[in-house]
Amino acid sequence: MRALCWEGVDSLAVRQVPDPELRNAHDMIVRVRRSATCGADLPLLGGRLPFLAAGDVLGHEFLGEVAEVGPEVRRHRVGDRVVVSAAIACGSCWYCRRGLHSCCDNGGTAPAVTESAWGQPTGGCYGAPRAMGGFAGSHAEYVRVPYADVGAFAVPEPVSDDRAVFAADAAPAGWMGAELGEVRPGDVVAVWGAGAVGQLTAQAAALLGADRVIVIDRHPERLRMAERHAGAETLNYEQTDVPAELRERSGGRGPDVCVEAVGADGSSPTPPSLAQRFAGRRAGPVDDPFAVREAVHACRKGGTVFVSGTFSGFVDTFPLGAVMNKGLTLRSARQHGQRWIPMLLDRMARDELRTEHLATHRLPLEQGAAGYELFRDRADGCVRAVFTPHG
Amino acid sequence: MGDRPRGTGRPFDPAREGRVVRMGRLTGGVLALAAAALGAAARRAVVVPGRGWPRAAGADPRPARWQVVTVDRPAAEVLPGGRWPEPLRRLDGAVEVHLRPAPGGRGTELAARPLGGVASPPGMAAHLVGDDPGLFLRDVLRRVKQLAETGELLRADRSPPDGRVVPG
Repeated sequence: MRALCWEGVDSLAVRQVPDPELRNAHDMIVRVRRSATCGADLPLLGGRLPFLAAGDVLGHEFLGEVAEVGPEVRRHRVGDRVVVSAAIACGSCWYCRRGLHSCCDNGGTAPAVTESAWGQPTGGCYGAPRAMGGFAGSHAEYVRVPYADVGAFAVPEPVSDDRAVFAADAAPAGWMGAELGEVRPGDVVAVWGAGAVGQLTAQAAALLGADRVIVIDRHPERLRMAERHAGAETLNYEQTDVPAELRERSGGRGPDVCVEAVGADGSSPTPPSLAQRFAGRRAGPVDDPFAVREAVHACRKGGTVFVSGTFSGFVDTFPLGAVMNKGLTLRSARQHGQRWIPMLLDRMARDELRTEHLATHRLPLEQGAAGYELFRDRADGCVRAVFTPHG
Repeated sequence: MGDRPRGTGRPFDPAREGRVVRMGRLTGGVLALAAAALGAAARRAVVVPGRGWPRAAGADPRPARWQVVTVDRPAAEVLPGGRWPEPLRRLDGAVEVHLRPAPGGRGTELAARPLGGVASPPGMAAHLVGDDPGLFLRDVLRRVKQLAETGELLRADRSPPDGRVVPG
């Protein structure tokens, strides 16, 4: 089959690779109809994470048709249209039973790697480095889905492919930021980042009853989207003093909930510090959490800061003093898609949650490299490039 | 014995609180484990003279570190039929095993450590020479846990034949 493969730093190409095969009884094979780019891919594409291998297939946000099922798959049949959570999780361990699917004990095949990096093994993900899980990505004609009864969900008939594909990752990530950030009716919510996750965090906060939702970014077209599709107020951080604006718009208190949806790949207004450069040489990837810093600084006393953006390594200049002295709650997670996807699909079917506008560029797989370039550079108003491997 | 399983706040004391099975090199393992799975009989297994858990641990001046996983299942499902499941069974004679209920209804804590104390360099040195029995044993315990919780061992996708690892 054809797949979009990583070939080296900032180098992608469509190659012929072996078809995926059923490797476990709970597996199924999905024929991919939509597969979206994601900000979490960018550190991989740029070679900022170790162990990526030439030939690895990127992509973890996808939708398709069931092509083959393993003998233990009960909920799906060949031909079903499904969306699949980007998090690979068993559904049976202590973490999965509590809705913490991205923390699954049994979702990865190389637990020693993540345990070494982060202290505990974490769940798997499609399109991650082979050494961190061993599951090919979805930018391909077909993809293997482990634990299919747990991670794949039938898409209701009225929901289009272009809408439902974002139920795999961006929509649950957005919902997570609002729900685990504990947005309550009447809250003022600030969201850093007007990409797909940021916009969907804003929609989720509004659905959970927030009084004001303020989205911060520097790309005018993304901010316009947040205004139009999420009903959010917006701030361009290149044109205004964000903390002062947020204080003013929240009665001097600061936002009740601050969600960072930028991640390590967001461009920083400041150059790397000496400590960052030193740590980068000594300890691996060093991320610049400028949006996290600003969120912590802006948040009201006793409020919550939720970090949705993808970070993998270390940060410095983190304002721990503000966290402590303002009594903040700081939370984060990779999204636990299995926990929210059924609810999100229902909301999509009722037209409460709209996502198709995020697919600004629909491209065949052969234009995958160009699609990532558009996405990485935010060129041509690109929010997400979505590939259609079968045309 | 300075190690303790996470979250218990106290070191392992198998004679007091847990089920302990030290596998004999030939035939003792299955019998001892069957006794362990039967609860009270397991305690008898602990104190059978010559079966060795307390003696083996106490006599070793450098006992190896316990490797522990928490399995979200009752003990009877962790060691079904009172038998060591694969791949733990292959370590018959090489490790000692301990299990006890995990606090907070989290299932069962399954602990194991090599018999015979520390034979390999620890920590970073072991990583460098690729001979860390703790890592190996931890991997085995994870497999036991996964089999108990999901019924199968998750397999990675096949690697493309030209897969070449390059630094990031």
